[in-house]
Amino acid sequence: MSRRSLLRGAAVGAGAVTLPSLLTACGSGPGGDGKTITLGSNSSDPIPKKAFAEAFAAYEAQSGGRKVKVNTVDHNTFQENINRYLQGKPDDVFMWFAGYRMQFFAEKGLLHDISDNWQDYKGFSAALKAQSTGADGKQYLTPYYYYPWAVFHRKSLFDERGYQAPKTLDEYVALAKQMQKDKLDPIAFCDKDGWPAMGTFDYINMRTNGYEFHKSLMAGEVAWTDKRVKEVFDTWRRLLPYCQQGANGRTWQEAATSLQKKEAGMAVFGLPHPGAQFPKGEQGDIDFFPFPVINPEHGQDAVEAPIDGFLLAKKSKNLKNKKTLESAKDLLKWLATGKAEDIYLKSDPNNIAVSDQADISAYSPLQKKAVELVSGAKQISQFLDRDTRPDFSSTVMIPAIQKFISNPNDVDGLVNDIERQKKTIFAAD
Amino acid sequence: MSFISARRTGRRVSRRFTGRDLAVLGVLLGIPVLLDIAIVWGPTLASVVLSFTSWDGIGDIKWVGTQNYENLFTNYPQFWPAARHNLLWLAFLGLVAAPFGLLLAVLIDRGVRFSRFYQSTLYMPVVLSLAVVGFIAQLIFSRDQGALNAVIGDTKSPTDWLGDPNLNIWMVLLAAAWRHTGYVMILYLAGLKAVDPSLKEAAAIDGAGEAQTFFRIVFPTLRPVNVIVGVITVIESLRAFDIVYAVNHGRNGLELLSVLVTDNIIGEASRIGFGSAIAVVLLAVSLGFVVTYLVQELRGEKNR
Repeated sequence: MSRRSLLRGAAVGAGAVTLPSLLTACGSGPGGDGKTITLGSNSSDPIPKKAFAEAFAAYEAQSGGRKVKVNTVDHNTFQENINRYLQGKPDDVFMWFAGYRMQFFAEKGLLHDISDNWQDYKGFSAALKAQSTGADGKQYLTPYYYYPWAVFHRKSLFDERGYQAPKTLDEYVALAKQMQKDKLDPIAFCDKDGWPAMGTFDYINMRTNGYEFHKSLMAGEVAWTDKRVKEVFDTWRRLLPYCQQGANGRTWQEAATSLQKKEAGMAVFGLPHPGAQFPKGEQGDIDFFPFPVINPEHGQDAVEAPIDGFLLAKKSKNLKNKKTLESAKDLLKWLATGKAEDIYLKSDPNNIAVSDQADISAYSPLQKKAVELVSGAKQISQFLDRDTRPDFSSTVMIPAIQKFISNPNDVDGLVNDIERQKKTIFAAD
Repeated sequence: MSFISARRTGRRVSRRFTGRDLAVLGVLLGIPVLLDIAIVWGPTLASVVLSFTSWDGIGDIKWVGTQNYENLFTNYPQFWPAARHNLLWLAFLGLVAAPFGLLLAVLIDRGVRFSRFYQSTLYMPVVLSLAVVGFIAQLIFSRDQGALNAVIGDTKSPTDWLGDPNLNIWMVLLAAAWRHTGYVMILYLAGLKAVDPSLKEAAAIDGAGEAQTFFRIVFPTLRPVNVIVGVITVIESLRAFDIVYAVNHGRNGLELLSVLVTDNIIGEASRIGFGSAIAVVLLAVSLGFVVTYLVQELRGEKNR
């Protein structure tokens, strides 16, 4: 190869690098065509992916020529890149979570205010509106579905052995003791991935101290060294002997499998978790009861039910075009209807619709029970990692809870550790 | 061919670069240098600078001085275990896996029966990425469904090989060593093949035993290989990441500096400043090894 052809090759190579970005830059022009809405999706699993595709197709069919262009990204990758995604070249509409995790980006000015849409939304409870609202009182999220957390078990096992769903913590412990006598692991337990045990922490906390306390604890306003937090860990320690040992080495899939195999009696899970691990023929055997009462003052008011929904990205170039913005808002309006949720849930029955206008007659008995649970709730929490700063939950709380599980006796040291780190993280901005 | 050599001899006479040659040289040298600065030095310096800020990747960059480092050393429970684990990793690979690889190489080099078979079996894990080794380790060591507990019939109160924070680091080290041993073995095999057999013969004639021959004669001639093995062992231990990440994201007893860096930097609300501080610590540790190595090499060059 001569020098000249080498240089020419280098020039062509450099061109190949810069050319595509030039091409995209002059592509459809600023603002798009007003009819095509791009949508960033984190639903990479086959079942939800297909269910969403059906929902969007139904929207296109009735929208008079509007198109939804879906860009699906692997769920975890989407989550890890959300920061850069929203600052770079985001799609017009994207899927995300309610609560603090939405508010965080709203505060940074990366989300579009959709309060005007909310004025027309029907069928959403006040709790839902609260979870879609930013710290500034404006709405940013259109909720779509949620999945409540509860104590799951097998109906047939409970019938066989004559177990009764416990109402209070004492009854829960008594049932666990009975299961132990019957050679079962009373509570299937897992935390290898770092988050599943957070559900148990949240429930013990909300049953002991109430939802308001949960909220201010997550917002960093209450000290973790508070005696009310220690009480949560003390109660949890009381339950640990009835939980499967070795939780830090077990994934939620493995824990759900032990529930399915009747090796374990109960498990604190979200609705999709046992659903994903039970074979088709045994889906009807899944049942649950709400996490038992600890402090009668708070009863079972709060339900942990993470909400997923749709948001508009402020940095999206197309949304600068009024027509595209209108189209995107129209899509959200449609997604907020009960009918849109029905289409989705027909293909993905492991969640429940947020709208009370959704048709629940097609629901499985389990889904109907879940609707009852959520609609009876006075407050809806979003799960520890969605209710607080993500940097706090992932770098502090995950290791802390795992440490508690392997060494539950040093609660004082643990909460001191958490509080010290919390202070530096919440002081960061 | 003759044309080229003619040109080469011609050039030796007048070793002058024409303007065009200089331009070509400039471009060909300049591009890699620019790339090196942009891809290696830029980010390195940026990390150092960012480690003195509290940046979350979105807002303004705010200076916080050495606060990140103070936090790191006094107020981050995962930091010291991570540093310890990195050192343990280095010690284990260097003192157990590498000598074991040498032993295997010597055995195979002596031509034990089926040596080809052993050689390929032991080398097999090297072609797997450490992440894959991590998945295989989980299939074996998982508490409830793992092969190991099934084989030893430990079902009453099974050992939690990967969940017990006092145990799992050893299991992961074992898996990492499984791969490293094969790697080291291949390097030493190549080295041993290059040892002049007449040296060994001479030693034998002088009445040296097997062990004496090996430690006095063969091992010293392997010096270049030893250096390479040392370098890759250090690199492997400092960059260890994938296997623990595959097992449990490097938590609960499997903390490593590299994991703490990613934990803090990648994610929704990144603590980029704090993560950079950890990265700078890792950089300083690596520089320690690199500088020692370079000094030794340069000294060796002089003595040679």
